[in-house]
Amino acid sequence: MVASSSPPVHVTNVHRRLTSEFHPNEKMGDTVLSPVDENLKQYRFKTETENNSDDGGLQDEEFEETPLYAAILTYLSYAILCLFGWLRDFLRQSNIEKKRGAVDPNAALGFVPLYQSYESFYTRNMYTRVRDIFNRPIASVPGAHVEVVERVSDDYNWTHRFTGKTINAINLGSYNYLGFAEKSGPCATDAINSIKKFGVSNCNTRTEIGTQRYHVELEKLLADFLHVESSIAFGMGFATNSLNLPVLASKGDLILSDEMNHASLILGIRLSGASYRTYAHNDMKNLEEKLREAIVHGQPRTNRPWKKIILVVEGIYSMEGSICRLPEIIELKKKYKAYLYMDEAHSIGAIGKNGRGIVDYFGADVKDVDILMGTFTKSFGSAGGYIAGSKSLIDHILTNSHAHTYASSMAAPVVEQIISSLRILQGPEGKKRIYQLADNTRYFRSKLVDMGFIVYGNKNSPVAPVLLYLPARVTRFNRELLRRGIAVVTVGFPATKLLEARVRFCISAAHTRQMLDTALMAIDEVGTEIPLRYSTRHKSRRFREL
Amino acid sequence: MTRGDIESLATDFYDLLESFKHAPVYHLSFEIFLVLAVSWLVFFRKPRPIEKKLTEKEKQELIDEWQPEPLVPSVDPNHPALNVRVLDGIVGKTVEIDGRTSLNFATFNFLNFVGKQRIADKAIQAVQKYGVGSCGPRGFYGTIDIHLELEERLARFFNCEEGIIYSYGFSTIASIIPAYSKRNDILFVDEGVHYAIQKGVEASRSHVKWFRHNDIADLERLLAEQEILDKKNPKKARSIRRFLIIEGLYVNYGDICPLQRMVELKYKYKYRIFLDESVSFGTIGQTGRGVTEYYNIDRQKIDLISSTLEYAVGSIGGFAVGSSFVVDHQRLSAQGYCFSASLPPLLAAAAIEALNIMEEDNTTLFETIMDKSKRLHKKILSIKGYIVNGDEISPLKHLRLTNALNTIGRLEEIVQFAQTRDITITVARYLSDEHRLPEPSIRLILNVEMNDEELEFLCTVLQEALVKVTT
Repeated sequence: MVASSSPPVHVTNVHRRLTSEFHPNEKMGDTVLSPVDENLKQYRFKTETENNSDDGGLQDEEFEETPLYAAILTYLSYAILCLFGWLRDFLRQSNIEKKRGAVDPNAALGFVPLYQSYESFYTRNMYTRVRDIFNRPIASVPGAHVEVVERVSDDYNWTHRFTGKTINAINLGSYNYLGFAEKSGPCATDAINSIKKFGVSNCNTRTEIGTQRYHVELEKLLADFLHVESSIAFGMGFATNSLNLPVLASKGDLILSDEMNHASLILGIRLSGASYRTYAHNDMKNLEEKLREAIVHGQPRTNRPWKKIILVVEGIYSMEGSICRLPEIIELKKKYKAYLYMDEAHSIGAIGKNGRGIVDYFGADVKDVDILMGTFTKSFGSAGGYIAGSKSLIDHILTNSHAHTYASSMAAPVVEQIISSLRILQGPEGKKRIYQLADNTRYFRSKLVDMGFIVYGNKNSPVAPVLLYLPARVTRFNRELLRRGIAVVTVGFPATKLLEARVRFCISAAHTRQMLDTALMAIDEVGTEIPLRYSTRHKSRRFREL
Repeated sequence: MTRGDIESLATDFYDLLESFKHAPVYHLSFEIFLVLAVSWLVFFRKPRPIEKKLTEKEKQELIDEWQPEPLVPSVDPNHPALNVRVLDGIVGKTVEIDGRTSLNFATFNFLNFVGKQRIADKAIQAVQKYGVGSCGPRGFYGTIDIHLELEERLARFFNCEEGIIYSYGFSTIASIIPAYSKRNDILFVDEGVHYAIQKGVEASRSHVKWFRHNDIADLERLLAEQEILDKKNPKKARSIRRFLIIEGLYVNYGDICPLQRMVELKYKYKYRIFLDESVSFGTIGQTGRGVTEYYNIDRQKIDLISSTLEYAVGSIGGFAVGSSFVVDHQRLSAQGYCFSASLPPLLAAAAIEALNIMEEDNTTLFETIMDKSKRLHKKILSIKGYIVNGDEISPLKHLRLTNALNTIGRLEEIVQFAQTRDITITVARYLSDEHRLPEPSIRLILNVEMNDEELEFLCTVLQEALVKVTT
C-alpha cells in the first residue's frame, strides 16, 4: 500500500485517514486534507511522485499465460454451446420449438435474407442466454454508487420487463476515473447555468454558424493544459478518430497500428485509404522490424518509397490494462522519422502527476508526440473528443475535418462541464483526485493479485482486467456480484479473444477505501465459490488473510 | 540406299526395341523421368525473378536516406474554416455576433426549439438527476432509463416497432449502412446524398451504383442491368443483398425524393429501402412525420428510417426506427453504437420534451412551416437574378446566382453584406472530396417563428446584396 522507501510511521497513519469512509453528506475531496498537517501533506505527495519517476516501475506489466486446464475447459464450453445451438436451431426449424425473436416481414416475398445465418447463430444461441448481464439500464448518475434498474425475464432473456425497483450497487463498471460524474457541485452548476445562457444545442456545424465563444475557450484551455500550441474539440470521441484519421493519412502512407487498437482507430485507418500493418501488442522489437522492412522495401509492388509513416498507439489499452511504452516509441519514431498518433481516451486525466496523461506519466516531451488525441467521456464526465498538437496540424484539421465541417457543434452544457472539470483538475482539488485515483488503483490491483487472481496490465493503470476464461463462470460472476451490490462489466468473445473472457474493473477517484474493501470481499467470496483463482505465480489467499 | 542399308537400319532399329524390352525397369523409369523433367523445364517452368538480397549496409543506407513528407501540408490562412463568425448566447430566431443581434436564417433550427424554456427546464432537471456525461457505452452501464424512454417515444411517434439512438448525428447513418451492407452487397445510392451517407457507403465496402439525383429512370436502368446479371448467375444473386439509400428531403438540394415509385420498384426488384429523414423529420407532413406521411405511404414498407436529433428537435444525436427485426441488429453490429459512449442524458431529456411539444401541437407547427416555406419560395422567386433550388414546401432552400455569376466569392460577399444589415445567412460548406460536389450556394433555412415582415426584410436585403455584387 504505502511505498516502502523511507516513510516514517506517522505518514502511514496519515495515509489511512486520507482514504477513510466519507460521511454521506460530504462530497469527495471535502473532508480529506483539513485535519492534516500541511507539511505532512506536501511530504506525502512528494514521496509518491518520486516513486513515479523510477522508470523501471512505470512499465511494470504482467500478462500471465492462460493455464492449460482453463483453456481446455473454455474450448469445451464453447463446443457444448455450439452443439446445443445446432440442436435448438434444428428444433426451431422443424417447428418443434417455438421461434422467438423477430421475423423478417419481407421473408416470404423473395427478398435476399438480411443476415447471414452464421452471424445470428451466435446471437440466438449464445448471446441471448446471457443477455441480462449486458446493456443494464441505470437510473442515476454513474458515480461511485449507481442505481441499476432491476429487470427480470420470463422467457430466458428474449424479452425483459422492469420490476420497478432499482438495485443500489458500487459502480466498478463506468468510466469515471476522476469522479467528475456528479449531479451537484461546481461542474453541474456550470452546466446548468450554460443551459440557461446558451440553450441546449446550436443546430449547425462549426464552419458555418455554430462556433460559440465557449468552443474557442475550451480549445484554448485544453491547449494550455496539455502544453501544446493548439487543439480542436469534437462532439463524439469515436468520430474524432474515425473522421480525422482520413484527414491525416491517405493513399501512399503507411500506418503501423498496435493489434489491440480500438475499433474507432481501425475504422479511421480503413477510411483513410492508407496501407496499414499491425504489430504485436506493445512489442517494440516487432515494431522496429516492421518499420525497417517498410522503409527498405517501400510500397508493395511498385517499391516506391512511402510518403510518410504514422504510428498509431493508445495510452491505456482498455481491454488489456496495459500502458504503451512511450519512451521506446519516441526513440523509434525519431530514429526512423515516423510520426506518432496517440489516443489517450482512457489515460488523459487518469494518469500522470498532473493528470496530463501518458506524456506526463513518463515525463516525456509533449512535442515528441505529433498528434495527441483524447476523449472527454472518461475522466471529465462529459462527452466528446479532441485532437491537440502544433498549430499547423490543427489548422489542417480545421480546414479538412469531416466532423468539423458536417457535424453539429458541441452542446453548451457538455462544453461547460469539460471547462469546469479542467479548471478543477489544475487546482488543488484536482491534485487530490489524481492522487486518490492512483492510490485506489494501486490498492485494488495489489489486493487482487495477492488473492491469486490473474490480473492483466500495468500496476498503475486504473483499468484492471481479471481473467475468467469460461463463459459460464463469466456470467455467474457477474450475476453473483450484482446480487451482492457490485456492478461490474464482463466481456467475452468477440470483444476479446475466444479464450480470454474477463471482468474489467474501472477504478474511480470517487471510490472510498471502504467501498473498495466491500468490493474486494465480494470478489473474494464469489471467486472462492466459483474457482477463479487461476494464478500460478501468486499464491491463492483469502481477503481476510491479507 | 541399297537394300543392304535398309536391312541394316531395320535390324538396328529392331535391336534398339529389343534392348528396351530387356533393359532393367529402373533404367527405363529413370529415362522416362529424365524426359518428363526436361519437357517440364522447357515448357512449363515460369522464370523466377532474381531476388534482390540487400546487405545490412544497403538497408541502413536506404533507411538513412528516406525522407518523409511533412505531416500536414501548409494551409491557406484565408480559408473560411479558419475565419468563422463567433457567436454568443442562444442561437434561436436571432443570433448574437460581436455584440450585434441579427435574424438567423442559417441554422437548422426549423421549429425554433433552441432556447425554449420547457426544453431547457427538462434538460436542467436531467443534469440534477444524472449529471452531464453517461460515462460508458450502451453495453456497460451507459444505458440510462431516459435513453430507453426516448427510443420508445420515437418508435411510437413513427408508429414503428423499435427505435435506437446514437450520440452523434453524423455517425448515425455512417454506422447504420456498414452494419447491414457488406462486401458482396449492392447499394443503389442517389448522387445527391449528404456526406455522412457517402462515408457510410465507403465504410461498407459494398458495390455502389450511383444514380443521377432524383432521376427514377436512371435508377430503373441500373436495376434492369443488375437483373440481367442476376439471371446469368442466379445462385450468386441469391446471396447478394440490395439496398436503396435515399434521403427524404435532400440537404444539399432541398428537394423531395419520389418515394412512391421507389417503393413500387422495391417489390419488383427486391431491394430494401433505407430512408434518411434528417431534414424532413419535423418539417414535412401534416404532423411532422416526414415524407412517408406527406406521400401517404405505409411506413412498414420502408425498412429503416434514420434521422437526426440535431435539426428540428434541437438536441444532439441521431436515431433510427423500423421493425424490430431490422433495428435490433444494430445493437450488436453498428460501430457508432457499440463502441461509443452513449448520449448524455440531458440531451435525451431535451429531445423527449421536444417530441412532447410536437405531439401536443399535432398539426399547427407543421402546417405553419410548410405554409411559410411556400411563401418564402414565392418571394425569392420574384427577385430577379436568384435561382432557388428546392421544393416549395421545403424549409431549406439553396440560393444561387444565375449561371456564370455563381461563384463562392460573390456569394460570400452577399453573406457579408447581409451580416452588416443584421441578417445571418451562410454559404453551404462542403469538403472537396464529396462524391458530386454541389454548385456553390447559400443555404437558406426558415425558422417557423419568422413572421412576414422578417421574410420581407430578408428579401429586401438579398435584393440589395444582388445589386451590390453584380455592379
